[in-house]
Amino acid sequence: MSPEVLLRAVDVVKHFPVQSSQLRRSREVVHAVDGVSLEIRQGETVGLVGETGCGKSTLARCMARLQDLTSGTIEFEGEDISRRKPRQLGRIRRDMQMIFQDPYGSLNPKRRVGAIIGDPFAIHDIADGKERKRRVQEMMELVGLNPEHYNRFPAEFSGGQRQRIGVARALALKPKLVICDEPVSALDVSIRAQVLNLLVDLQKQLSLTYVFISHDLSVVRHVSDRLLLMYLGKVVESGQSRDLYAHPRHPYANALLSAVPLPDPRKAAEREKIVLAGDVPSPIRPPVACRFHPRCPKAQPRCAEVEPLLEPRLGDPVDHVTACHFPVADGESLRSAQSSLPDDLRVIEPEPTPETVDVVGSVGSSEEADKS
Amino acid sequence: MTNPGALPTSEVLGEAIGDEAVAHVIEGRSTWQLAWARFRKDRIAMVSAGVIVLVVLVAIFAPVFASLTGHGVNEQFRQTGLNAYGLPEPPSGRFLLGSDDLGRDILVRIAYGARISLFVGVVATLLTVAIGAVLGLMAGYFGGIVDSVIARLVDLVLSLPFLLFAISLVSVTQPGLTIVIVVIGVFGWAAVARIVRGQVLSIREKEYIEAARSLGASAWRIMFVDILPNVLTQLIVYTTLLIPITIVLEATLSYLGLGIPPPTADWGQMIAESQNLYQQAWWFLVFPSAALLITTLAFNLLGDGIRDALDPGLARL
Amino acid sequence: MVRFLIRRIILGVLVMIMVTMLVFGIFFVGDNAETVAYRLAGKNAQLKTVNLIIKRLHLHDPIYVQYWDFLKRLVWHHDLGYSYYGNEPVSTILKQTVPVTLSLAIGAAIIWLVIGVLSGVLSAVRRGSILDRVITTLALFFYSMPTFVLGLMLLFLVSYQLQVRGIRIFPGQGYVGLTQSPLGWLESLTLPWLTLALVSAATYSRLTRGSLLEVLGEDYIRTARAKGLRERRVIFRHGLRSALTPVASQFGIDVGVLVGGAIVTETVFGLPGLGLTAVRAISNGDLPVIIGIVIVASAAVVVANIVMDMVYAFLDPRVRLH
Repeated sequence: MSPEVLLRAVDVVKHFPVQSSQLRRSREVVHAVDGVSLEIRQGETVGLVGETGCGKSTLARCMARLQDLTSGTIEFEGEDISRRKPRQLGRIRRDMQMIFQDPYGSLNPKRRVGAIIGDPFAIHDIADGKERKRRVQEMMELVGLNPEHYNRFPAEFSGGQRQRIGVARALALKPKLVICDEPVSALDVSIRAQVLNLLVDLQKQLSLTYVFISHDLSVVRHVSDRLLLMYLGKVVESGQSRDLYAHPRHPYANALLSAVPLPDPRKAAEREKIVLAGDVPSPIRPPVACRFHPRCPKAQPRCAEVEPLLEPRLGDPVDHVTACHFPVADGESLRSAQSSLPDDLRVIEPEPTPETVDVVGSVGSSEEADKS
Repeated sequence: MTNPGALPTSEVLGEAIGDEAVAHVIEGRSTWQLAWARFRKDRIAMVSAGVIVLVVLVAIFAPVFASLTGHGVNEQFRQTGLNAYGLPEPPSGRFLLGSDDLGRDILVRIAYGARISLFVGVVATLLTVAIGAVLGLMAGYFGGIVDSVIARLVDLVLSLPFLLFAISLVSVTQPGLTIVIVVIGVFGWAAVARIVRGQVLSIREKEYIEAARSLGASAWRIMFVDILPNVLTQLIVYTTLLIPITIVLEATLSYLGLGIPPPTADWGQMIAESQNLYQQAWWFLVFPSAALLITTLAFNLLGDGIRDALDPGLARL
Repeated sequence: MVRFLIRRIILGVLVMIMVTMLVFGIFFVGDNAETVAYRLAGKNAQLKTVNLIIKRLHLHDPIYVQYWDFLKRLVWHHDLGYSYYGNEPVSTILKQTVPVTLSLAIGAAIIWLVIGVLSGVLSAVRRGSILDRVITTLALFFYSMPTFVLGLMLLFLVSYQLQVRGIRIFPGQGYVGLTQSPLGWLESLTLPWLTLALVSAATYSRLTRGSLLEVLGEDYIRTARAKGLRERRVIFRHGLRSALTPVASQFGIDVGVLVGGAIVTETVFGLPGLGLTAVRAISNGDLPVIIGIVIVASAAVVVANIVMDMVYAFLDPRVRLH
């Protein structure tokens, strides 16, 4: 019996009008999110991964109803909340919370920490006075802050501590779903592990469900059960974490994984390094059909004509889906891939030198340099 | 450090925090406490604050002046206060600052006049700032139509010559205390609103505002609990600089005959009355003018001091 | 640039329309026809006059009809109204006053800009020196002074003291037209000019000083100095240009203040300009005159603002894109 579905997003689309400084006649839109569907089940941690601009943060804000949807639906515990006005969201605001990325911007510098964490209690009229203070201090202890610092200002805390304050604020009302928008990206690397561990511990303790957003695959791997990989507003691959890491199907997934730093220098040197040509195109005019085709080492003419659907490929289990016409098989090398797309549809760059990609693989790189 | 599975307890984390923490010994000092410390060191600001306190005391204890000299504020002393030609008497033992054209004691009248100036100055300013702040918050936060309407209104009001319209308004009603306060409020709110709106526009995009929305805070709560404290510094600086402007405005209106009607003692009015007589009675012109000047100067210096204390980065050039 | 100008003019026209609505609202709306007529008739009004007013201005008609009439008279017939108290058209009354106010305002504006900016520059350049301190203290002093107090002080300490000693230069009251006697014109305006100018000069001095100091701290000034340019050139060619933009924008706002200051100054020195006429009209209850003055003055402010905006756009090209 699978656990209940907490949140379901169906075909969510979010377009932003382009701000034009000259004339107001520009009808162009930023295709931030273009038809994403997903389900979050109670108790799991779903990772939402992608580079900057892929739409993951926008999607998160749509799910949390901090943004209106252009089209599509969001259901929370079966209720359709897609069209509700802020005032009608009521209970949802208690059950679905967000942890923000910037420890320096997400806390009001002029308010004391006790007041900040106490906000949820105040807003929803749950506790006040001594009772509120007690519960706030309870939360502070829970996240590893000294409850005696109740009257301090955010400026007096370090980045890691501030994130803990943000966590305390988000969890104060024991929400069911917590959306973490790059919660550790702005922290020093040494602090990240602490905060991540805190999040994992709290999940067990409070039976939380997480949506974990990040651009850093190594971070997400540590915490997620399932992963969704996004590119230019669409999901390109999704499945169980283990499956995805072991058998990445989409060429984009392969490229990203090849760039994740590995602790073992030998393995790093042996690993195939895939460098994609060009940058992520503008979301105002995304490429037609498969959005990845201009940069894909395996692109064929079909990729520029027909959009691939999210389906299990190459015999994958039913929950591992990929949107690609020519997915990467186990053991397949992308280095030697040939693209048969005409040149005007592709991004071509001169052969990049591998040293720029892999810091650890110095042995490998000098060999390459000797060859060329 | 801590073993991975265990929940972080305060004592254990105390050590961890000790490594991370910035300043866990010093108690939390708010903006206000820091500002006060800076203010106290500023001699000029402290002196002007002292002068203002003095003026306030004079205003409060005006009746004392009346009883000590034996001269009521509107009492005319034709025998002792006017000389043989019916002209005012110079400062003497009896009339410490001299008498005016109707034989009234100038010292006592200045003391009572302080009441009007301070009252109008403070009340009108507070009213103006309150209205302007609320409208500025609304315009900045709600955006859309609300913003368009308020912003256009602000532009219009700011482009009108104030005194001229004040004259118009007073001409259709009677001069008096209330109308003076109303007139100042009606025109003053625009500048405040513009400043507040600007600030709100930049604060609105900050993440902690988004966090407040995600918690379910209502728009009004966000405006007053989250945004306002960040605008407060600017607002306070502006208020302290607005008070002397208001005082001068009130005095000017009274000078032109549009303010507090006689016989109530008012500095602007006294100065107007002295205009025909200054050649014979310089004290009638000089002392009320000095009172006005000193008060305004003190408030301006105080305003500068407060601004420097609250935001030392600003204009301490 | 031309589009910018056109947009500004359209905006100005809109503002004027709102001003007429505001004026109309203040004086004509909310009370019954009789009250309004009595108001317009002035002190010592006779019933005859009141009835005449009601008829002429159709005061029993609905408001929007009255307003349209009002607007028509204003724009098409250039009719600023009729002063029943003084028994002349308002335009006639105002015609004589405009040159006075213009002489006062323009003269004062020039003086205050020059004194203000120069002293601000001096102050900034010789920052920290005795000169700087003197200037900043004087600036603070004059800034705190109400205009009418300054005027009276000047009258008392300069004009009167001189006259007592037999030197009859600055007349305490009254205006001498330029065409009558240039010297007389200058004499009658000197003290008023100083009165109107010094308070604002103080503001501009502080403003220029602050602005210039900020600009002089910028990197491109350091570059200019490093290039070996003479200090004077650095300040005047490079620094001043950008330091003056806040001053220019402030001046636009201050045109309205100028009107207020003019009213007060004219009252102190008895100069028969728009301001004094307005004040006198109040004590006479002569509202048509006030209405006329308000409209004329507002129009002048709008025009001045458009001019200032053009100057500002010239100094700072980014403004044109707005």
